[in-house]
Amino acid sequence: MKKDLAYYELKQEIEEFLYQEADLLDARDFKNWLDLLAEDLVYFMPIRRNVKFGEHGERENTRQGEGISWFDEDKWTVTKRVEQILTGVHYAEEPLSRVAHLVTNVRLVDVRPSVEAPIEVTVSSRFLVHQNRVEYENHTFIGRRTDTLRRNGDSWLIARRELILEQNVLLAKNLSILF
Amino acid sequence: MTSLPIDQMIDTENGLISREIFVSPEFHKQELEKLFTRAWLFVGHESQIAKPGDFFVSRMGDASVILCRDAQSKVHVFLNSCRHRGMKICRYEQGNTSLFVCPYHSWSYTTDGKLQGVPMFRALYDGTLDRSQWPLIEVPKLQIYKSTVWASWDPEAPDLLAYLGDAADHLDQVLDCRDGRPGGSEVIGVQKWILPSNWKFAAENFLGDTYHNPSHRSVDMIGIGPSGQKGHRRDNEYAKGQHVWIGFPAGHGVHSVHMPEQFDYQPGYAQYPEVEEYFRHAFHERQRRQGAKARIMPFTGNLFPNTSYHGRQPRGLCVWHPHSPTETEAWRFFLVDADAPAVVKDVLRRFYMRYSGPAGMTEQDDMENWLYATESSKGTIARRYPFNYQMSMGAYKVDDPVPGFVSTQITDQTPRNYYRVYARYMKGEAWDSLLGRDLAPLRQAAE
Ligand code: FES
Ligand SMILES: [Fe+2]
Repeated sequence: MKKDLAYYELKQEIEEFLYQEADLLDARDFKNWLDLLAEDLVYFMPIRRNVKFGEHGERENTRQGEGISWFDEDKWTVTKRVEQILTGVHYAEEPLSRVAHLVTNVRLVDVRPSVEAPIEVTVSSRFLVHQNRVEYENHTFIGRRTDTLRRNGDSWLIARRELILEQNVLLAKNLSILF
Repeated sequence: MTSLPIDQMIDTENGLISREIFVSPEFHKQELEKLFTRAWLFVGHESQIAKPGDFFVSRMGDASVILCRDAQSKVHVFLNSCRHRGMKICRYEQGNTSLFVCPYHSWSYTTDGKLQGVPMFRALYDGTLDRSQWPLIEVPKLQIYKSTVWASWDPEAPDLLAYLGDAADHLDQVLDCRDGRPGGSEVIGVQKWILPSNWKFAAENFLGDTYHNPSHRSVDMIGIGPSGQKGHRRDNEYAKGQHVWIGFPAGHGVHSVHMPEQFDYQPGYAQYPEVEEYFRHAFHERQRRQGAKARIMPFTGNLFPNTSYHGRQPRGLCVWHPHSPTETEAWRFFLVDADAPAVVKDVLRRFYMRYSGPAGMTEQDDMENWLYATESSKGTIARRYPFNYQMSMGAYKVDDPVPGFVSTQITDQTPRNYYRVYARYMKGEAWDSLLGRDLAPLRQAAE
């Protein structure tokens, strides 16, 4: 992609969107966050395995659409997660965790059909999500994120979110927060 | 405190169990020495090692082990530690190989465990090292039951089926195809995660702690079941059945439903007609094939000491590996019928992921409970007070209507039975006692 003014303007807009999205989550404004998700959302976090050199492409990550991952779900299921937190008796998130989403290394890797008139954008970023819970529980989730965003008026919808968490055995007891 | 005799720590007559066994490093050590070196432990599934040379790295207690199929197709379980200086010889989770080459000094072992290569053998070890005496350390006991692989470090351990006893009838309902053909399951994935809690909280949960249902209120309210209706987290396949909570003399415990002699199919999977069709067909086939045995419908169970299962929705095995008294590594193996249509497998795997494991909307609440129950039992004062296991004292029948100590109400009988057997391991008793051969006199009289 040509790194011209149009690219940087779009990148700026997308970064803004991602930071606003993170604000909604960290402010626990889950309902408004759901409105940023496309109806055909794919929300996917593979399990990463320890494999021999040379097998990484083939076998390191579990695959979307088959077998068992950490998350491989649609908007219905993500909506259920929000509904569950909002019951007030989902004890894994009651009392609510304190969560901070840091989003960085943002790059546009694909823009369709063009940077001047973008309809779909593939964005690569890194995340550091910090969860502090009750008194002493601290979990740090670090990884790579690839989002597909779709133009929605003067904003965007998240159509696909792939989260590569840099862990093998999950070191947290739960994945009860939203990424 | 830990110097008290085990029978004072575990008083199953009065339903009092010391918190020490859940938090004390001394007990943790003794469990590893006396229990995990003897009991049969689940290590994996044949579908994970289908071809010669396939391996899957598993755990037994605190030990990493390699489950592997050798070049002749024989299945082995080896300690994952080099005979030379102990290096972990395999740090891949799963794969296929003809040799395990130690990264440290390059000793190499064949897939049947033989020490094959020793660098500079002639120059450095001539006349001293007899390679045939230094194979990988192998479990003395290994058995495969309906594709599940089990192992014990005790050469005297009884036959696996004698160990499972009548609990096997319930395990069958997990391992058999939904249409009643024996076996035929496959593992579609494994989740591994760390629980900051004692492993026995998890095991007890699956023994049949139906009493904790209120802790799952949130997931029931929103409805995540395969029919998508609010108010349920699963389909109700068990209408009109008698819920039974059963302890077995060797320590296993299950929560199943004993269906009436005649019982009808209860439609589920309302969101997915093709899947509903699969299960409807399977229901009738299962009744035809299994007859009276089909009356057992499984919920959950725990095979002594640390292999738990979910029987139907979801379906899988979980193992609780102790890391320390207050930390456990949980492994969950998800099962489907190997020959189920793709659409069925897809609906099931999605349901499994939203129900179970650390991202599972049901199990997250369990993990929260186990963590804080462990955490708040650690204190000096807390440890002076035992846990209460007095629910449904004496309220069970022997071998009625199915084998075992059977309760038709929610009960602590199953955990009382579990800890009675646990105490026997901790006292280092003989296998007759560990199998509870003295505990089922009524049954023996009837035979
Ligand atoms: S520790 Fe394995 S070869 Fe030395
Ligand atoms: Fe539970």
